[in-house]
Amino acid sequence: MHALPAAPAPPARRQVFVGTALGGAAALMLTGGMLGIWILMRERSIAATDTWVPDDVTVPEVPTNVMLIGVLSLLVFAQWTVYAAKRKERLNVGLALGVVALFAVAIINAQAFVYSQMAMDVTEGGYPGMFYAVTGVSTALFIIGLVFTAITAFRFLGGRLDDQELVAAHALYWYVVAIAFSAVWLLVYVTK
Amino acid sequence: MSTTDLAPEHVPSADASTERAPSTIGAPLVVAETVISASDAKVIGRSFVGASLLVLLATTAVGALLGAERIGGEGAFLDAGAVPQLFAGFRVGMVYGVMIPLLLGIAVAIVPLQVGARSLAFPRLAAAGFWAWVGGIVLIVISLANNGGPSGGNSKMVDLFLAAHGLVVVGLTAAALSVATTVLTTRAPGMRMSRVPFFSWSVLIASIGLLLALPVVLGALIFLYVDHRYARAFFGGNEGVTEWIGFALTQPATYLFALPAIGIAAELVPVTLRTRMPLRGGVIVGLGLVGVAALAAVTQQAGFDVPWAGSNLSLDGLSDKLADLVPYALFTLLPMLGVLIVMGLGALAAKPGPDRARPRITAAFLFAFFGMGMIFVGMVGGALTPIVDLGLQGTVFEEGAFVYVAYGTVLGGLGGILYWAPKSTGRVVAEKPALGLALLGVLATILASLPYYAAGLFDQPAGSAIFDYDGPHALWNLAVTAGHALMALVVFASLGLVVRSARHGDLVGDDPWGGQTLEWLTTSPAPVVNFAETPTVMSPEPVFDVRGANAGAETGER
Repeated sequence: MHALPAAPAPPARRQVFVGTALGGAAALMLTGGMLGIWILMRERSIAATDTWVPDDVTVPEVPTNVMLIGVLSLLVFAQWTVYAAKRKERLNVGLALGVVALFAVAIINAQAFVYSQMAMDVTEGGYPGMFYAVTGVSTALFIIGLVFTAITAFRFLGGRLDDQELVAAHALYWYVVAIAFSAVWLLVYVTK
Repeated sequence: MSTTDLAPEHVPSADASTERAPSTIGAPLVVAETVISASDAKVIGRSFVGASLLVLLATTAVGALLGAERIGGEGAFLDAGAVPQLFAGFRVGMVYGVMIPLLLGIAVAIVPLQVGARSLAFPRLAAAGFWAWVGGIVLIVISLANNGGPSGGNSKMVDLFLAAHGLVVVGLTAAALSVATTVLTTRAPGMRMSRVPFFSWSVLIASIGLLLALPVVLGALIFLYVDHRYARAFFGGNEGVTEWIGFALTQPATYLFALPAIGIAAELVPVTLRTRMPLRGGVIVGLGLVGVAALAAVTQQAGFDVPWAGSNLSLDGLSDKLADLVPYALFTLLPMLGVLIVMGLGALAAKPGPDRARPRITAAFLFAFFGMGMIFVGMVGGALTPIVDLGLQGTVFEEGAFVYVAYGTVLGGLGGILYWAPKSTGRVVAEKPALGLALLGVLATILASLPYYAAGLFDQPAGSAIFDYDGPHALWNLAVTAGHALMALVVFASLGLVVRSARHGDLVGDDPWGGQTLEWLTTSPAPVVNFAETPTVMSPEPVFDVRGANAGAETGER
């Protein structure tokens, strides 16, 4: 009687990393789709009324530029977690994850500061609603990233030192967020 | 151990029985507890399939109601405000309530078995996706029932519709992510991507397409929700809903949702013909070409204007014409070519040979084969609609194409349910009544859609129950009504047949159909961990090979 040879159950091939990559692609499509509509509505609005950002609204540039610098700096520390995890340097992983979380909190705080500085009423015209929608999604990505960082920290510092895949997936997620935020920064905060 | 694996103490042993200990809380509560807390892919998949079939019953009833409303062309018995809600309900119900979840549900249950995995990747994510989808669908029904869909007059209910729509999209995206990761990361040893079964391939392409397309829909929904709730300045308020999310509810985006149904047909052709599929790579290319429709959703491409004859063919404004023709060819013609390739290679497999066993036509095959045919006819309609000179835009011709694709997908899904039922219940669905239902399903699809191809040529307007034109519109709309009603009957009967067979059907062995792929290696029904021992795969048709080797050994012994 012939049968297929049995094999030991193989370890899943970087399941969390691949899942994060696919989820990251979805996050980029969400941001990209929204920015596509943003560009279209901006073009229509300027063609129809010659205005896009309401006259009484000023987009604060300093905190938004700092946010971008913060995101790019965060990537260095996210990559440091991967470097340290490969060498099983628990202390360094913990330190790097802590700094990543700190940067994420700072960026979310900066976003809240931008909202308070702009003081736009969402009910006044189309621009405020679109602004809050795009930047709200971007902030949600940061909050998800913060949760991801916390989970990674609990898992790795809890003793699962062999779980380097999770740390790599965590870093990948922050790269995705950085790409998404860079596009938002360019179109919403710089080009306006 | 991967991060997402269950801890060893929580993984049932390979020989663990799937039967549960007697409960003191009653069978219905046990079932509810099983479904709510499920992390077994087969339970999650069955939940998706069962719920989407219930939505299908409701949606076909809405289709029949709309057909009846249009028989006289004067708006017979429905309130004028309710008609747009029902049109929206039919579209949204078919796409987000039936086409995507039905096939995703089958995929969630079957793909891990097909690729030789012990479990689905991220099963709790898929379960969360199911509950988000169910919750969203219930809220959509509530909003539509309260005049809240596109063009609805109740603004709070329109807000609810948009939020619920978003919940549905998030749920389906979660399930798609789970399935795509399963194919990419949990394959058995030796199962290279070129050896992945056709259904799993089609699901992988469709899932990645959904992961790219559905977030774009979600982005539009977020803008619509914020604008509609707070300002109503940019997106046209309730009237603008269809304009901004309609691209996902029509051709060519629907081809992406139908893709796994074509994968089911491709899976069943070699099993029915009892041979290997020739040029496997060609079939995979064909499935990939259908998946190109994902780009239509990503680019929010709902319609084209394609010049065809007369002065439109002059070279003036050539770049504008190319701007129409390129997406037309890319999104509309390539998927058709893909289905043609799958059909052509299937026909090649049917080529008679000296040592060929007789084909075994099953109800599952008929469902899937005709389903693919119906989808193709819908694609032809979808390719004709944009041609400006035919004057079909804005007519029910497009609706006919949509129904062809949607009901073709349903037929394919029913074929998949019948084919893989033994892996879920250990029993086969009675063949004779199922064969009759397959043929009735084809008749229902043709009745519900073909008359609209004819009525579209006579300019019956889309999305309206009030019209006046020369032509037997009463007959056509009556036929459409009968078609939807018949489809409801077929679905109801199929559901009853499957449930009855699950209790009283014939018990079967592990491989009742002479299958070729890994799921037929394990027991029927499949255990929680899918396989007692993880098999090593050495060809695209491992079970076919084993069967052939055993037959050869028996012949040698004699």
